[in-house]
Amino acid sequence: MSGASTYVPKNPVLRWFESRLPIVGLVHSSFVVFPNPRNLNYFWTFGGILAFMLVCQIVTGVVLAMHYTPEATLAFASVEHIMRDVNYGWMLRYIHANGASMFFIAVYIHIARGMYYGSYKAPREVLWILGLIIFLLMMATAFMGYVLPWGQMSFWGAKVITSLFSAIPVVGDSITVWLWGGYSVGNATLNRFFSLHYLMPFMIAGVVVLHIWALHVPGSNNPVGVEVKSKKDTLPFHPYFTVKDGLALSCFLVFFAYFVFFIPNYLGHSDNYIEANPLVTPAHIVPEWYFLPYYAMLRAVPSKLGGVCALFGSILLLAFMPWLDTSRIRSSNFRPIYRVFLFIFFADVFVLGYCGSQEPQGAIVLVSQVATLWYFLHLLVITPLMGFFETPRQLPASITEAVLGPRVAGGSGSFAAARTAASPSVDG
Amino acid sequence: MSTATANHGHGPSDGVTRRDMLLIATGAVGAVGVGTMVWPLISQMSPDASTLALSSTEIDISKIEPGQIVTVKWRGNPVFVRHRTPKEIKESEDTPLSELKDPQTDAQRVQKPEWLIVIGICTHLGCVPLGHDGPYDGWKCPCHGSVYDVSGRIRSGPAPLNLAVPTYAFLSDTKVKIG
Repeated sequence: MSGASTYVPKNPVLRWFESRLPIVGLVHSSFVVFPNPRNLNYFWTFGGILAFMLVCQIVTGVVLAMHYTPEATLAFASVEHIMRDVNYGWMLRYIHANGASMFFIAVYIHIARGMYYGSYKAPREVLWILGLIIFLLMMATAFMGYVLPWGQMSFWGAKVITSLFSAIPVVGDSITVWLWGGYSVGNATLNRFFSLHYLMPFMIAGVVVLHIWALHVPGSNNPVGVEVKSKKDTLPFHPYFTVKDGLALSCFLVFFAYFVFFIPNYLGHSDNYIEANPLVTPAHIVPEWYFLPYYAMLRAVPSKLGGVCALFGSILLLAFMPWLDTSRIRSSNFRPIYRVFLFIFFADVFVLGYCGSQEPQGAIVLVSQVATLWYFLHLLVITPLMGFFETPRQLPASITEAVLGPRVAGGSGSFAAARTAASPSVDG
Repeated sequence: MSTATANHGHGPSDGVTRRDMLLIATGAVGAVGVGTMVWPLISQMSPDASTLALSSTEIDISKIEPGQIVTVKWRGNPVFVRHRTPKEIKESEDTPLSELKDPQTDAQRVQKPEWLIVIGICTHLGCVPLGHDGPYDGWKCPCHGSVYDVSGRIRSGPAPLNLAVPTYAFLSDTKVKIG
């Protein structure tokens, strides 16, 4: 994915194969010799962790589907069968269920990293938008997967989220009935959710290929947000980043394994161990933790359609980050004021998450309204204005200078200066 | 393909070639073909014949005491059958329309004043409200706080509409057919 491959296999069989399908060369140029900025920090390993999580979810999911029954009267029992009778079924299910949470932890860090270091800025806009498409597909996949065990929270979660579509003027109710395949969430809904839950990870994998492709054209952004100017600024992917990502993944897996083996139900809701009952609503319907901020925004707006618009708008608006952010400086490390606002924004998302987990009464309603307002204020007002009012700090001349200091990096000075013209310059 | 120099059909003089004609005709047939194939793919998701067949339910209301609410299942959804007391009927009928978010008189919502029959789904996001709850002693949705009165009309909270009244008919004094 980085132009013509320089890969020449020594083995004659591989050479024969390479001249007919140059896929080994593609992997070699994309993931072995591919140059990455030498200053990437550990926030950059979450891309690799996410790739691992996608494979993990597909593998455990395919296996679970061999034992699961997508039929409304049997689904709940088949999940219990997986837990009690299937060899290692309990482990595979807990890996899959907690894997979804790990996937979202990693993707939120990945997105926050992109926002902090300005990874969405030119020439990486398409990369960023593809990332958001992956995020939306992930959300749909996670939601449909959560419905499959057919517990109380699954059923009512499905009812509430699909009812969002009834907010559409005129055709809303017809659309909802069409989505359900009946007059309520039922067997038809469960069947189609299972089908789509199985399909969508492969769609995600497809967009991930495009995402990596779009990444490998301009190459990775980096913590100082200065483009690569010479070979000195980069290191080959292997062994430097394979080892670094390997270490990070190992640490992440320890964290993941702690959840799977010691607190497997910590992130779930106990009501989901009650079989779905269409006649009784749980006292307090809550989504999984990774949807709580959006759920809080949905409830904050005192209008059904308005709430739905806030929920979808909060995510779709992020696609416009490359144009909402008017600053020429990528990394927030060099943007003293924006950086503070960005941390407030991240805190705001946590506040929304907390509000989403609470019952909508008293102060919680007011706090979620203020936090929702701030979310949109940050993206629509603060971010665009900051580019005009903020004076950024001096950028280093090159990545190497940022890592080793100006004197050591001085050797590449003339070359760096020649390339600076093409990248954003800073006065003051 | 270097079509610019190729001489096809009747030549370039009239501006329209036989190839253009074939292209448009093929495109049109193709569009119709895609359309007719997409429709079954969309339509298969609508409620199927077996779901539509379950569209009515009969219930015996003779055992429902005044003040009691009985929940019956119809089309996979709960339906509340409420035997209202004279006091509740009077309250519902005396409510001025100006107090209501979705104005409807009580008479528009019942066939016999003592029997209120409504679909038990909050019109906000589809939860099942709890009976004999909330400031009007009608229903209150525990999830997002919508409050309904004894006539099932929305009084406060995020729900936009009154609890829906299903199609129903009294087959006798003790039997009601819903749907």
